[in-house]
Amino acid sequence: MTEKRYAEDELLSLSGIQHFRFCKRQWALIHIERQWEDNLRTTEGHFLHERVDDPFLRESRGDVMISRAFPLVSYRLGLYGVADVVEYVRSENGVSLPGCDGLWKMHPVEYKRGKPKIDERDEVQLCAQVMCLEEMFDVHISSADFYYNEIRRRIHLKITEELRDLVISLAGEMHDLFKKGITPPAERSQNCRFCSLVDVCVPKLTKKSVSARKYVTKHVSDACVGDL
Amino acid sequence: MKKLLNTLYVTTPESYLLREGENVVIKINNVEKFRIPIHNLEGIVCFGYMGASPQLMRLCTDNNVGLSFLTPHGKFLGRVHGRIRGNVLLRRTQYRKADNEEESLDLARCFIIGKIVNCRTVLGRSIRDHGDVIDLDKIRFIDSLLIENLQSIDSCLNSDSLRGIEGNCARFYFGVLDELILKQKDDFFITQRNRRPPLDNMNALLSFLYTLLAHDVESALETVGLDPYVGFFHTDRPGRPSLALDMMEELRPFMADRLALNMVNLRQICGKDFFRKENGGVIMTDDGRKEILAAWQKRKQDKITHPYLNEKISVGLLPYVQAMLLARYLRGDIDGYPPFFMN
Repeated sequence: MTEKRYAEDELLSLSGIQHFRFCKRQWALIHIERQWEDNLRTTEGHFLHERVDDPFLRESRGDVMISRAFPLVSYRLGLYGVADVVEYVRSENGVSLPGCDGLWKMHPVEYKRGKPKIDERDEVQLCAQVMCLEEMFDVHISSADFYYNEIRRRIHLKITEELRDLVISLAGEMHDLFKKGITPPAERSQNCRFCSLVDVCVPKLTKKSVSARKYVTKHVSDACVGDL
Repeated sequence: MKKLLNTLYVTTPESYLLREGENVVIKINNVEKFRIPIHNLEGIVCFGYMGASPQLMRLCTDNNVGLSFLTPHGKFLGRVHGRIRGNVLLRRTQYRKADNEEESLDLARCFIIGKIVNCRTVLGRSIRDHGDVIDLDKIRFIDSLLIENLQSIDSCLNSDSLRGIEGNCARFYFGVLDELILKQKDDFFITQRNRRPPLDNMNALLSFLYTLLAHDVESALETVGLDPYVGFFHTDRPGRPSLALDMMEELRPFMADRLALNMVNLRQICGKDFFRKENGGVIMTDDGRKEILAAWQKRKQDKITHPYLNEKISVGLLPYVQAMLLARYLRGDIDGYPPFFMN
């Protein structure tokens, strides 16, 4: 059986998978409808990434090489994006890299503004990055790291089969909605309080029970019976 | 709800706008006169010719700040905007609906219903506030005509007959608006609407407020990703922002007419703020324009409860809210377009 592979112009933004896991509507507003509003959090994120995202910087620290702003793609997931940092660690079980002596194992590190989240929105993004690297270099990667700026610590992430399955199903769903151009209705939740798009989304509007047609009819009939 | 940011109106013709860091800086004869961080702004409107630096234009497009250039008299010259925002699928839905006569008519009805109901409310408000000094019979008669037309909207079968209804109502309404001008009757009167050029002070005042409103509505439509040039009531005409004009119909009485009447009745503006040219056309003086802009800005800060959303918003956000509601309808989130009805 041949595996589904996406074409170049079908690829979706990898970073969208974290939006999608957080809220499908938020993802659709950003990636289908192209609505985006910066708020404090996203701006802080930009500042953090400005330092991380220098593609020309390559550092070497003994047996570790650090590559920044690493371009990624997976035609199986249909996602493309950029990893903040990919570390290469010298290892006998590694692969050879163009222009480098020896064998290396790959280890992505994703920089995050805040602290670890209660849901898997960061995990699915990092796991998708891992799956891109695996496909690009034909390797197996069993773990990756977050660096959370708020707690100033690295958090280790084990890439489990469950997490991989979640990424595959989320990516499939994203492609399905994108193809149909559908923005799912809002699910009002705690998340809305932290959403930079809440003013664009207006979650209570999609759940609104008042029909716009009835609203118009009512105002017209009120106007027609009302005396000045 | 989205925050209402300020619009910067630059009225001194010798002003040059440039960028310093994240700030908009205004210089006159190379001397700095004013500076404001870009993130406090929603739009910049220049009534002058000196211009703006390309760096500043970039700052505006990066921050989604509309930058428009108008003649000192408020005639629109052009605007700088960045990449087309929003969703191409939404715009295609808009075009498809605009091409479909039945669906266009359905939407056009909503805009005109909003307009007529709000015109009635303007008349009603004056009766409530000043019933003892105005010609009640005349206003009530006109109002009965407005109601008659309003009732016939449902049964009108094509856009031409809807245009007929709209034309009638506008004529009735402007025919009686003079009754609502209570002070400075020698300087301010209106018998009919005229605009190219406006032939009296009141028409000049209304024209200028409509220009300001048009600017805000056009920006709002672009913000939500709609094409301001493809309308449902106003048909396509190159250079005419038909959808912005559609949406203005329901907003004019509340946002512009009411404000014009208040400014005259409260003597916030007076006869010497206008100037009659040899051809009979009336233009505004610099002072007059400043007064109107100040009143417009102040009015936009007022809070109202939106009757459909049932949420408190500032008057200045109305164009944005209506644009958002229209986008929601086109996307199928709500079952119709709810126009704004003033109370």
